[in-house]
Formats: sequence, C-alpha cells, structure tokens
Amino acid sequence: MIHVIAFYLFAVMTVASGAITILSRNPVHSVLWLILAFFNAAGLMVLVGAEFIAMLLVIVYVGAVAVLFLFVVMMLDIDFAELRAGFVRYFPFGALVAIVLLAEMVLGIGAYKAGAIVLGTPDGTAATPAGTSNIQAIGTLLYSRYLFLFEAAGVILLVAMIGAIVLTHRQRSDTRGQNISKQNQRRPQDATFNVKPEIGQGVQI
Amino acid sequence: MIGVEHYVVVSSILFVLGVLGIFLNRKNVIVILMAIELILLAVNINLVAFSAFLHDLTGQIFAMFVLTVAAGEAAVGLAILVIYFRARGTIAVDDVNRMKG
Repeated sequence: MIHVIAFYLFAVMTVASGAITILSRNPVHSVLWLILAFFNAAGLMVLVGAEFIAMLLVIVYVGAVAVLFLFVVMMLDIDFAELRAGFVRYFPFGALVAIVLLAEMVLGIGAYKAGAIVLGTPDGTAATPAGTSNIQAIGTLLYSRYLFLFEAAGVILLVAMIGAIVLTHRQRSDTRGQNISKQNQRRPQDATFNVKPEIGQGVQI
Repeated sequence: MIGVEHYVVVSSILFVLGVLGIFLNRKNVIVILMAIELILLAVNINLVAFSAFLHDLTGQIFAMFVLTVAAGEAAVGLAILVIYFRARGTIAVDDVNRMKG
C-alpha cells in the first residue's frame, strides 16, 4: 500500500514539475522545477530498487547539470519577456503534436500489456546475483563486461570538457597577463643604466 | 500493484512534455536544453523500470551511459550558448540563420 502511495506521489510530482518547467515564465524557476523533477524521478528509481542510478541522478543532475544551468541563466543578461513572444502562437500546433505522440505511446503500452508484443526475455547473465546489493552488482558488471563502454564514456566526458573549454576560452586584450619567457630573457643592462648629470641639471630619459 | 506499465506511462508523459517544451519555447535555447534534459530523464526512467522488472541490470548500465552523454551535451550546449550570447547579445535562436561563415 505504501509502495503504491509513494509511486503515485513521485509520479504526479515528476510530471507536474516537468510541466511547470516548460511552462514557467522565468528560466530560473524552470531550473528549480527541473531539479524537483529530477529528485522525484530519483524517488521513482529508488522504488524499483535502482539505488545507484537514483543517487547518480541526484549527484550528476542536481549537483552538476542543474547548477550549470543556473549559472548560465543568471550570468547572461537576457530579456526573457522578449523570448516569450510566439508562445501562444506555437501552442495549438505543439499541443497537437504532443497529443498525437502521447496517444501513440499509450496505444503501444496497451498493446504491450495485452501481451500482443513479445520483447524477448533476458538471458539472466546480467541479473543481480543473490545476496549482492544493487551497487555491487552494477560495479561487477560495469568493470567486466562493459569495461570498454565505460572507458568510452570517460572519453566522451573528456571530449565534452575540452570542447566546452575551447569554445568559451578567449584571449582578452584588456588584461595584463604574465609572460614568463619575456621575463626570463630580461637582463639588467636592458633595464638599468647609469647617468652622471651635471649639478643643477635634470636627467633626460 | 504497480507494474512496469505505470512507469512507462509516467516516462512517456515526461517525454511528451519535453517535446512540447521544445515546441513552445522555440526562441529560448535555455528552456529547449532543459526540455532535452526532460526527454533524457524519461528515457532513463524507462530503461531503469524495464531493467528492474525484467531482473536484468543492462538497462541500469545503459541509463548510466545516457546520463554521461546528457551531462556532456549540457556542457557543450551551454558553452555554445555562452559564445552565441557573447557574439550577439541575445539568445533568441529563431534568427540563428543569420549566422553564416
């Protein structure tokens, strides 16, 4: 019973906060509702026993991606009212597409539930072994069968990081950076010299 | 009792909300990126639900990879957004077609 109540609570909250995310006037509010949607989705995943993915969702999405969104939204000085223009104009077409898409999906789920579709059965090689926790089973699988995919995921993250740095890096002309080789090449005789002015005369530099 | 269909219905509603968000906020790239995140979240819920109900961990492994790609995509997308804003002073994407060369 408590499982059913928890499922409906998390499901309704996820869908509602997802809806407010796309309908909200202010993108900052959108990001905050998106965070709520991620939290509730993590709750849904905990309910089916996928604790590791749920915690990953909270750490990666709420801790990193959502904060990145917040930074960008707050750093850029954008007139959001102007960006809202056309919202009402696009609404009927968007709603039509959404309704058609949802109807098709619900039809597919109904067909699946009626038993008309056979999706194949797992061979049991990736099942959770008895007596191990979710995270232990995932770790065993990830570091054996999916090791190369795991490393490829690391390479993807590296490429994304380098790409983001290369894209946003710029050489600024109004700052005075340190030029180390120029500093090292500088000799005392380049910088200083002796003068012996007559008494009462100034020094011409 | 809660079955896999309940989870699939939730994830398909989330997916459709994401698509609708792309349609509605056609000018605002930030909200479009958030809608893409919603779509990927729906995919993740789907993968995890099937993985749990079929007793096969492969779905959870793939959910992790989807998460990786989503994080990379958000980082690169926001970087592109920042340089676009720096060059144009706005993030309205319906006049991106002015961006030539």
